[in-house]
Amino acid sequence: MKAWKEGDYRLQQVISNTRLAPGAFLLKFRKQFDFSAGQIVALGVSTDIEPRFYSIASSEEDELISVLYTEKPDGKLTPMLSMLNPGNPILVSKPFGAFTSFKSEPVFVAAGTGVAPFISALLSNKVRGATLIHGAPYPEYFYFSDYLSEKLGRNYIQCCSRCMPGSHYVGRVTSYLLQWDELDPNRNYYLCGSTEMVVETRSLLISRGVPPDRINAEIYF
Amino acid sequence: MPELLPLYGKTLAELQDIVSQEGLPPYAAMQLADWLYKKNVESIEAMTNISKSAREQLVGRYYVGLSKPEGVSASADGTKKYLFRSGNGKFVEAAYIPETGRATLCVSSQAGCKMGCLFCMTGRQGFQGNLSSGEIINQLRSIPEFKNVTNIVYMGMGEPFDNLENVLRSTEVLTSEWGMGWSPKRITVSSIGIIPAMNTFLSRSSCHLAISLHSPFDEERRMLMPIQNVYPIADVVEEIRKANIAGQRRVSFEYIMFDGLNDSPRHVREISRLLHNLRCRVNLIRFHPIPESSLRSASDETIIKFRDALTSKGIFTTIRASRGLDIQAACGLLSTKGLLKNKD
Repeated sequence: MKAWKEGDYRLQQVISNTRLAPGAFLLKFRKQFDFSAGQIVALGVSTDIEPRFYSIASSEEDELISVLYTEKPDGKLTPMLSMLNPGNPILVSKPFGAFTSFKSEPVFVAAGTGVAPFISALLSNKVRGATLIHGAPYPEYFYFSDYLSEKLGRNYIQCCSRCMPGSHYVGRVTSYLLQWDELDPNRNYYLCGSTEMVVETRSLLISRGVPPDRINAEIYF
Repeated sequence: MPELLPLYGKTLAELQDIVSQEGLPPYAAMQLADWLYKKNVESIEAMTNISKSAREQLVGRYYVGLSKPEGVSASADGTKKYLFRSGNGKFVEAAYIPETGRATLCVSSQAGCKMGCLFCMTGRQGFQGNLSSGEIINQLRSIPEFKNVTNIVYMGMGEPFDNLENVLRSTEVLTSEWGMGWSPKRITVSSIGIIPAMNTFLSRSSCHLAISLHSPFDEERRMLMPIQNVYPIADVVEEIRKANIAGQRRVSFEYIMFDGLNDSPRHVREISRLLHNLRCRVNLIRFHPIPESSLRSASDETIIKFRDALTSKGIFTTIRASRGLDIQAACGLLSTKGLLKNKD
């Protein structure tokens, strides 16, 4: 059975597929449709393999679309994605999804490649006064950290779960949020990551007084 | 010695592949299906119209693959909750719900769930893995009340459309002539509305479809169900309209009623607008509180008023009875989180 139907996708060419860290890549291809920061695309390498969804990590104004992904050794798609070279074909859906309305002074909370929609929102100048709390296991997985440091200054918080004490907060985003003394229940919180990360973070925010209607989540599934 | 593979849950086409690979006559596939799904044997050795040499050959590579529940809790209202161990060592639950004249089995399709709905206990344990077709049907086959069950609902742990191929295999086994011969009208698959999988399900299965609605408003549903960011309910309903569902097939919308959140006349009006002229029903469900949640159920009085208001708008609306609340078997309460670290 074909996992993709005719009309679901456009055939594109890979412009670049850069390894950012062990197992982590930034894939670029030409933009064929306008999108809103926070939207996702389905990617595939063959119509027989189920597509997977990835948040766009580039500015709405860019001519290229960037997608962050990590290679899952036992996955069906990402080991093939990681082997793509410039010029190789790739199947890309139209951008879709509604994780796109970011209110003023948002708090973005991301784990790993879950930072992508927030990078897109920041690069597209869609938000002001944002705070980004990003969790990763090692320093090299803080993607776009130079840009984010410059853009957000002290409002860019890296939570590094396996780092030695030093330049980063050592621990997970949930540990950081648990003791964050600037946590403001009146701000809007946007979460992006795995189910476990989103569920745990959402519960923690609610326990600290953030109303559920101020929490919006995108789950990678 | 190679790991034995389970036969239970295989479709006829898959059994045909197996007999072909084993060099057995083609009719042996139908014999296998007959023993597995009609005669309900528990071992290959018991399949006595298959030649002894063929059985010996099969036993070297396959086993039936049934597994009994590892635990059961019984509710004062007659509901029973069964605990099963899945192939990856994780646990799932199924709820047997007897009523006058019928008995419903609520089966799980995944260990845990990826969808992270705010009101659901299963979502809190994250995702541990997909169940195979055999593991899904085993929840029916291996309970003592197997022969009493009249209806099956895929409303237990997991999102069925996130494990579509195994769910479709299981409904094929359940509903095929060569399989268990159930009417698809006695089977309901419930989903939060993953559109591509839903469209595939609608085209490949005749079973009923239930969609978790819970709010007709975008922001509110997004708060309750993150999937709204990917597949908005308006798009889900639009796809169902396009499918032009006819005959006895039923589409229902599940609506958990939360006090002060989604129980107002404004919600009635918006549901009415959303479902206008769609042949469907709405099923109202009391919210069963989960720990550390500020959500509360709407009162029975509010739920009845809500039902009447929807009915007056021409939408057939029912209220689901809460069953198995005292054993955490009621809607939204299934969870094996406590077992993830306690058992291997």
